[in-house]
Amino acid sequence: MSRYGMVIDTHRCVGCMDCVVACKTENHVPEGYCRDWITEVTRGEFPTLRMEIRTERCNHCDNPPCVHCCPTGASHVHERGGVVLVTKEECIGCKACLAACPYDARFVHPEGYVDKCTFCIHRVEQGLLPACVSVCPTHCMHFGDLDDPLSEVSRLLASRAHHALLPEAGTKPCIYYLT
Amino acid sequence: MIETTIHRQNPMIDPAFHAWGWEIPVYLFLGGLVAGLMILSGYHIIRALWDKDRAHGHYVTAPILSLALLTVGMGALFLDLEHKLYVWRLYLTFEVTSPMSWGSWILLLVYPALAASALLTLPQTFPKLARRLPFCSRCAGALHDCPRVVQAIGFANMLLGVMLGIYTGILLSTLSARPLWNSALLGPLFLFSGLSTGAATIHLLAHVRRPDSGSDDFSDAVLSALVNWLRPPAPGHVGTQKLEHADNSFLTVELLLLGLFIVGLLSSTEVHQRAVELILTGPYAAAFWVLVVGCGIVLPLTLQFLQAQHRIRSTVVPALLVIGGSLALRIVIVAAGQASAWTVASH
Repeated sequence: MSRYGMVIDTHRCVGCMDCVVACKTENHVPEGYCRDWITEVTRGEFPTLRMEIRTERCNHCDNPPCVHCCPTGASHVHERGGVVLVTKEECIGCKACLAACPYDARFVHPEGYVDKCTFCIHRVEQGLLPACVSVCPTHCMHFGDLDDPLSEVSRLLASRAHHALLPEAGTKPCIYYLT
Repeated sequence: MIETTIHRQNPMIDPAFHAWGWEIPVYLFLGGLVAGLMILSGYHIIRALWDKDRAHGHYVTAPILSLALLTVGMGALFLDLEHKLYVWRLYLTFEVTSPMSWGSWILLLVYPALAASALLTLPQTFPKLARRLPFCSRCAGALHDCPRVVQAIGFANMLLGVMLGIYTGILLSTLSARPLWNSALLGPLFLFSGLSTGAATIHLLAHVRRPDSGSDDFSDAVLSALVNWLRPPAPGHVGTQKLEHADNSFLTVELLLLGLFIVGLLSSTEVHQRAVELILTGPYAAAFWVLVVGCGIVLPLTLQFLQAQHRIRSTVVPALLVIGGSLALRIVIVAAGQASAWTVASH
């Protein structure tokens, strides 16, 4: 049983937004919306400041509250890689999943259904990388099977310090940030 | 110092999360009100089996009113949906972990229970209409001839009323990403708020539709309601006094639950403390303290206590305040809850 995840090297990410553009192009994300985005966090007191730039998206959580609260089953965990997806023909647009997601990773598509990152599962099933990973000019993004100890993502997590977003929310996110 | 900049502008999400507008608070308010009316009228239906004098109380109007209010509430919920044409998908599945799925199925059971109690009380509520609908009158007569069926309808209304009232709170409390809603007390709080609103509504009905008005036609009933609104209430009416006592009990429990809800969040994590500060001292504090606590609970509680002691004249003001406060409670909790969030700034 595979469990897809991402490992993002915050030392390499420069916030160029190529991943955002690639995602919008690949997935025909409408104007004014985005499935992934850049976050900059600055810590410390001047002059000893430290900035972390990272690319963020749906964390495809192992314990996804958006799936638990969906009244129609439109939000579901895909059998391949545990990817969290939305079946647009089943979504009624009640927005409970938007309220349940602590990462604010979902949005309502102008056509009425809820939309979000899919880890480009249509590409992954063809043996390709997600669009955002494939275009990253600094190679800061790594995609693979977190359950496979020999995968690139597992080896990176075993060798580098890392953190996930809001682990205290109990959602068990599958995206890790190398620090 | 921690400063976070998010390069994202998704509608409803940025700059602050606000997915639910007026529709959801109105739906939660009307759902709670109908839950309260169902419990009170269900109890009345059962009591009326033993005590025939109770059969002509103002409770008889509650089922028909509940049907209308619930339909308006469902309309508000439908307006909130973004993918409206797919609403039927709710009834193709039952998702055990989703309170909204539970709610949609509960609502499907609530309608027949309300329709049965409305049929039961139709001859008393609108006698002229009942005479024009002989089939309905015959059904109502047949039901009255079977006390066990009447009892079952009463129990079903009470049970479904409790489920509906609690569900309106649980719906929010399971959305763990909004810390203000992370309390199991929201269910009982909304239930007791619904009960107090239900009692206040029946109190209001008792005032605008009196037994001496002699109007059994719908248009006459509306006219007499308007006229009665301007007339002073009948002094010391036994039913009204009981409603005031019941409303005071519900309001007291509601106030206690609201206090426990706040204490629970204040004694929780920093995220929850910051969330509850939104209503205690933050941007929603004025609406919460003035409209919800002051005008919605404390003032009507005081007025009804003084009315029960015969120190002041009995009016419909407390009932109106309770109804307004109940709506304000839902508006404040839904709005402030959406403004509360787990923050990623610490990472």
